Amino acid sequence: MSHTIKSKSVYTHPLLVRLLHWTNALAILVMVLSGWRIYNASPLFDFSFPRWLTLGGWLAGALQWHFAMMWLLIINNSVYLAYGVVTGHFRKKFFPVSKSQLRTDLKQALTCKLRHMPGAYNALQRSLYISAVFLIIVLVVSGLSTWKPVQLHGLAWFLGDYEGARLVHFFAMALLMFFVAIHVAMALLVPKTLLSMFTGKVVTVATTPPLQLTYVEIPSTEAGDAL
Amino acid sequence: MKKSSLGSNREWLDANRKEIVQIERRFFLKGAFSMGALALLSGCDLTNNEITQRILNGVSRLNDDMQAKLFDPSRLAQEYPDSMVTKPFPFNAYYDRSKVPAVDAASYQLELLGLIREKKPWTLKELAALPQTSQVTRHICVEGWSAIGKWGGVRFSDFLQRVGADTRAKFIGFKCADDYYTSIDMATALHPQTLLALTFADKTLPAEYGFPLRLRVPTKLGFKNPKHITAIYVTNVYPGGYWEDQGYNWFSGC
Repeated sequence: MSHTIKSKSVYTHPLLVRLLHWTNALAILVMVLSGWRIYNASPLFDFSFPRWLTLGGWLAGALQWHFAMMWLLIINNSVYLAYGVVTGHFRKKFFPVSKSQLRTDLKQALTCKLRHMPGAYNALQRSLYISAVFLIIVLVVSGLSTWKPVQLHGLAWFLGDYEGARLVHFFAMALLMFFVAIHVAMALLVPKTLLSMFTGKVVTVATTPPLQLTYVEIPSTEAGDAL
Repeated sequence: MKKSSLGSNREWLDANRKEIVQIERRFFLKGAFSMGALALLSGCDLTNNEITQRILNGVSRLNDDMQAKLFDPSRLAQEYPDSMVTKPFPFNAYYDRSKVPAVDAASYQLELLGLIREKKPWTLKELAALPQTSQVTRHICVEGWSAIGKWGGVRFSDFLQRVGADTRAKFIGFKCADDYYTSIDMATALHPQTLLALTFADKTLPAEYGFPLRLRVPTKLGFKNPKHITAIYVTNVYPGGYWEDQGYNWFSGC
């Protein structure tokens, strides 16, 4: 046997989920950058987004990007929601979220002690991913209400008329960007998770059961991190 | 377990070098690919790219069709109490307030062109003698802001019927005293809340809001509500518009 150790793969993300994830990343990026240019045309608050951080060149261009990419965003997330509900992906991966576990995980995360388990989400991850899915739904609904306050009057009325829907759209964007900031930071801090969103698996080396740790020398964390 | 092979980190790394290199290579390639996509998107260069622009224009036309299908001719825009009228109502045009055209009321004539049976021009007096109606509705600008205003005037569908416009035609175009021009679809023109407005807040339409005649369409964005209208034409040839020809979505329904 030429192989001296066996690496074990933990399968994390099915191919469809990976495809949907990266399509969503692209759609959200375009929606946000063009959305910021649209915001700048008539800012809700006392600030504007820097020009270089926006997409579209001017308002008409930004609107074209926004109203083209919205279809991809809607289709992509509809497929994801259907998949998540029908296959039980949400139920298995995101639920349950226990409040006490969330408190413990949050405390550990803030003290950098929270361990990442490949293939299973901790309570903090679960609640963040549920929030992201929810925020995207809110963004689509409030966006459609802002776009069609007359034809989709019921939706717009629910969100507080045109101006209410516009505010909801802005704050849902801000919260989603807060999620994205944490999400991207964590993915960069634990690169194997980023890698697994491409390959669909996390390759682990320490396959030995804990009992055998007494006589098997395990590679140090440095080597482990190289993965 | 192959205990002997795990003598040290170095040995472990050597033993698994091939696998590690493979993983790193895959990671680098995919990372590079997504970084490229990101770089491509972050500039506004892409919008200047001809192919991208053609795709975006194509989707915008698809969105015209989608909006026409979504448009319910009997769905009314919400009406508000007079007390909710925005004060002061914002002025907006493609030029500064000082450039607002001064149209002479006495010599003003509304021209009718295209697929209309009775093309006799209309004076302001004649227009004011027609049955009048008013509405308090929300005016939504493509920029995002909105304001509630009160407009009064002639229901456009009544007017079109009266002059014998061909309501099977696709488009209605508007020419304005400030060289602005735009056009709307026939379904929207026949919507009960589409008005040829002669008043604003129960007073003669002020110059900055479109004296002597403007179109009030609460089911469309502000720039589809032309001011200072001098001619109306009915046509099957796509007429475009001042902003539409520059890339703003033509249907722009609410």
